[in-house]
Amino acid sequence: MRFIDEYRDPEAAAGFARALRRITTRPWTLMEVCGGQTHAIVKYGVDELLPPEVELVHGPGCPVCVTPLELIEKALEIAAMPGVTFCSFGDMLRVPGRTTDLLTVKARGGDVRIVYSPLDAVKLARENPDREVVFFAVGFETTAPANAMAVFQASQLGLKNFSILVSHVLVPPAMEAILSSPESRVQGFLAAGHVCSVMGYREYEPLVARYQVPIVVTGFEPLDILQGVYMCVKQLEEGRAEVENQYARAVRRDGNVPAQLLMREIFQIVPRKWRGVGEIPKSGLGLAEPYASFDAELRFGVANHTADEPTECCSGRIMQGLMKPHECPAFGTRCTPEHPLGATMVSSEGACAAYYRYRRLTVPQEEKAVQHGN
Amino acid sequence: MAIERAPGATCAVPIGDHAHVLLAHGGGGRLTNQLIDRLFLPAFGNPSSHAHHDGAHLNLGGARLAFSTDSYVVRPMFFPGGDIGTLAINGTVNDLAMCGARPQFLSAGFVIEEGLSMDSLHRIVASMQAAARAASVAIVTGDTKVVDRGKGDGIYVNTAGVGLIEYPGLIAPASVRPGDVVLLSGDIGRHGMAVMAAREGLQFESNIESDCAPVAEPVLALIDAGVTIHCLRDLTRGGLASATVEIAESTGLHIRMNEDAIPIREDVRGACEILGFDPLYVANEGRFIAFIPEAEAGQALDILRRHQVSHDAVAIGTVSDRQGGLVTLKSRIGATRVVDMLSGEQLPRIC
Repeated sequence: MRFIDEYRDPEAAAGFARALRRITTRPWTLMEVCGGQTHAIVKYGVDELLPPEVELVHGPGCPVCVTPLELIEKALEIAAMPGVTFCSFGDMLRVPGRTTDLLTVKARGGDVRIVYSPLDAVKLARENPDREVVFFAVGFETTAPANAMAVFQASQLGLKNFSILVSHVLVPPAMEAILSSPESRVQGFLAAGHVCSVMGYREYEPLVARYQVPIVVTGFEPLDILQGVYMCVKQLEEGRAEVENQYARAVRRDGNVPAQLLMREIFQIVPRKWRGVGEIPKSGLGLAEPYASFDAELRFGVANHTADEPTECCSGRIMQGLMKPHECPAFGTRCTPEHPLGATMVSSEGACAAYYRYRRLTVPQEEKAVQHGN
Repeated sequence: MAIERAPGATCAVPIGDHAHVLLAHGGGGRLTNQLIDRLFLPAFGNPSSHAHHDGAHLNLGGARLAFSTDSYVVRPMFFPGGDIGTLAINGTVNDLAMCGARPQFLSAGFVIEEGLSMDSLHRIVASMQAAARAASVAIVTGDTKVVDRGKGDGIYVNTAGVGLIEYPGLIAPASVRPGDVVLLSGDIGRHGMAVMAAREGLQFESNIESDCAPVAEPVLALIDAGVTIHCLRDLTRGGLASATVEIAESTGLHIRMNEDAIPIREDVRGACEILGFDPLYVANEGRFIAFIPEAEAGQALDILRRHQVSHDAVAIGTVSDRQGGLVTLKSRIGATRVVDMLSGEQLPRIC
């Protein structure tokens, strides 16, 4: 398939792997920020092609995973209310709350629907004026413009039965939190390409200057990631720290300006809790004052609810690159996709889900040799 | 077989499992298998039922029969490339074919929701009639129930079928041997994506049509030609991945597949990429895999390719003598990974 196969070409991948081996002289630890990148790495075995000195640790860029338990609880409470049609992207449905998840609420009779776009939820609200339609607005900067557009349209249409439960988080504050942690081992970042296609990469320039770490805006295909790793290691080996753009086919320095303007119109920057990590200042988006009437937390009276997170789940440490999923004592035993302790085990971008699906059963070493020899 | 269940013959409810049935219990992945292994098999299992196979092998008055049943609950009932009627016939015909049997007689049970338009019912029955004729089976008995409005998705259809087993040996996972070649009868992922697109109103550049079709003809042609067949499996719910993992797990043998060799149409791949689906797990209704000894694999491919429904058959992997019950896939960039069964439904991703 065009624009996909080119980025999965085995010979080009082997070429990058050789080039990387040539320039690598000592150990480096890099973090890929986005969970989509984590899945591509584990699914295609990108890490197997890297020199042993280069280690990839997995970052916080999975919106489902970082949504705090108290917001999941609020979602579950609203979704179970009579008269509510609760709309969500598919991969929020299996995320565990304290005792249940949205799929179970649906099985018990709640009107929970998977939508592909927040605008579908607006349409549902228009078509069903007797229902309260709530959209679970989860995500990083990538999904924020579409969610902002949904609120904008609902406002233009004068819809009184549409609201959103906001759980928007921002990438740069999370990267800064990781960099400023004394435990951090991260020496360079592969920044999330899709986030940058919206936001551009100006906002990483101060981070690079302050912490002297290379940041390479990177795409999601195996060759993108290999090239991103190459560019990052090259900077480290040469003693440079700059923002570079591997994902030039989708990302410009200024990003998508109209999308940013719409986001600024609808949302304001607020402090946000990150699941397993805690509150990070100025790390999220909430509805701006003129659009507060679309806030589901206010409409359904759940704004002050809190929930303590289970202590057994290590997802916070995993998403800060301090631990790998298989190092968690509960991995694959007390925590499985059927009975998850945390969201990282069930989200399609979760690091634990990637390890469970692709790495839980290890490929025997001889088998690798056989297949590589083919 | 490891069975975890509550003590006492009267209560077979699995310990520590879900208190309510989830959609994923019917999704063809881990939860479906748990339900079968922990609830249905302990209650109903017997030597002829061949757990996790597409149908039962029965000896009746000297005749070897295959017997299979399936219920069809697809929404929407009409989708590009077929409807619930064609599915109901082809699904059961294919299950019988996977036992090495010539499908002969089918039953048809209808659960109809009050208010279904007569026109829709006529269309569905006409589709069933045409599909039965195309597959050379007779529908010989049936049942009709109507439920209150709002208690069903328009119509549910159940079909059961019997056929005479024409293959002299046992077509089952237990017959799979190291060295077998895994043949795939054509491109994968079309049915699941066609239904998904129709259900959710997704528009793709081209119209993806279901692959729904009867596959008995090429299977019977293999049997007629005297090809040794070790195992057959149609790739319905759970797709190619679940079918191969099930066979690897039940035989304890290792199946190697090559991602590059697995045919997937461009539009199907594109739709899967957009939604974050892995086509290996997407349902098919006219595709199967065959485990054939290496020496006869070439001949088998030639025969399959003579039939329209399996015209694009290819070899996608081999069974190795390594133990462990794993399926491994050589990825496009040359690395190797394990293919696992899904634990639930594939859900569209956020971004």
